[in-house]
Amino acid sequence: MLTRLDIKALSLSRGERRLFNGLSFCLSAGEAAALTGANGAGKTSLLRAVAGFIRPDAGTIVFHGPEGVMEAETARRSALHLLGHHEGLKPQRTARQELGFQIEWLGGSAEAMDAAVARLKLAPLLDLETRKLSAGQRRRLSLARLVAAPRALWLLDEPLAPLDEVWRSVAAELMAEHLAGGGMVLAAVHDPLPVAARSLDLGGVR
Amino acid sequence: MKAARALFARELSLAWGGGGGPLLACGFLLCLTAILPLAAGGDPRVLAPAASGASWMALALASLLSLERMFERDLEDGALDLLATGPLPLEAVVGIKALAQWLAAGLPLAVAAPVAALALGQPPELIGLTGASAALGGLGFAFTGALGAALALGARRGGLLIAVVVLPLFIPPVVFGAGALTRAASGQSPASALALLGAYVLFALVIAPVAGAAAVRNAQG
Repeated sequence: MLTRLDIKALSLSRGERRLFNGLSFCLSAGEAAALTGANGAGKTSLLRAVAGFIRPDAGTIVFHGPEGVMEAETARRSALHLLGHHEGLKPQRTARQELGFQIEWLGGSAEAMDAAVARLKLAPLLDLETRKLSAGQRRRLSLARLVAAPRALWLLDEPLAPLDEVWRSVAAELMAEHLAGGGMVLAAVHDPLPVAARSLDLGGVR
Repeated sequence: MKAARALFARELSLAWGGGGGPLLACGFLLCLTAILPLAAGGDPRVLAPAASGASWMALALASLLSLERMFERDLEDGALDLLATGPLPLEAVVGIKALAQWLAAGLPLAVAAPVAALALGQPPELIGLTGASAALGGLGFAFTGALGAALALGARRGGLLIAVVVLPLFIPPVVFGAGALTRAASGQSPASALALLGAYVLFALVIAPVAGAAAVRNAQG
């Protein structure tokens, strides 16, 4: 179980361009942080760096568990969810097949999947091929994956963008429950997060 | 273990679903075989000695067909990020994908290859050996193919790049596999050529997951 994310003096580049220098922050169990910044300021890159896909130029990303520092590889394989712009859904498979696979792959159970499906009212969509789903429906599938496979750190990239009012409020409830259960949320957003969150501005040219 | 099974089932369903990938590969192999008599003439004295070699060449080319599907689509739609944050290391993911590729493309091709060789005039008693060596070689094709597919990730027109990267790596199994059949046809023991084919496959089994996972990580960054 992941209890704290500690980022110290982090510098990231994409190609030749330095995105930011010396970023430090700490996220503890039950806390959320809203990443803001101009387009291209490095919000997505920071999330991908925490998930281990981008190697930082300098600085450290340390995961802490109850027994001290967790190995980054272990934390990434068992304790974090990354929800990006792409949901990773195969267009020719049904929502049931894809959600089932994602949840099983990430360590969730069949019962948890049923509960998440009920919570996000996905039952009528499950037998559709995922290419027939709208952006909002795809996002709801991804939220179901987050809920059904319990992992402490949620890295969310504009999680609410494709959702309508009703589903935004449901997503807010899910985030609040996740935080209340000792989880952490690090979300790149343009609108304010619907839960109490620290603000972390990456700046950038606006 | 549960996660590995889930991934394997997904890969198989993706390979079989939609366009019926394995049937496509088998059809391609048989088409290639049908072209040879048209190009070289229907004389059995010309075709029969080339039957083993031609069927192995067709096997290698047909094995290229579905390689682009292995990683490229997963990278484009974000599924590769999901696979990388799962419980298994990327090396295992590459290995499982390659095994599924073998099951979905290599084994059906190993059934089609003896048919092709027989049609070209290979002696019928070599059917079993042709199928078995094609199945073994197919395992090598799947793993080296996975490596090539991972290396070509992110490149524009990656599909063509895969063919250029992978075909030279497919030469040894073609030499050993066709060599085994030629030796058997002339009454010698095919064991030495099969042993070399086996060594190639073992080498691919060890190298491809490690190198492929490194290439995937590089493409994700």
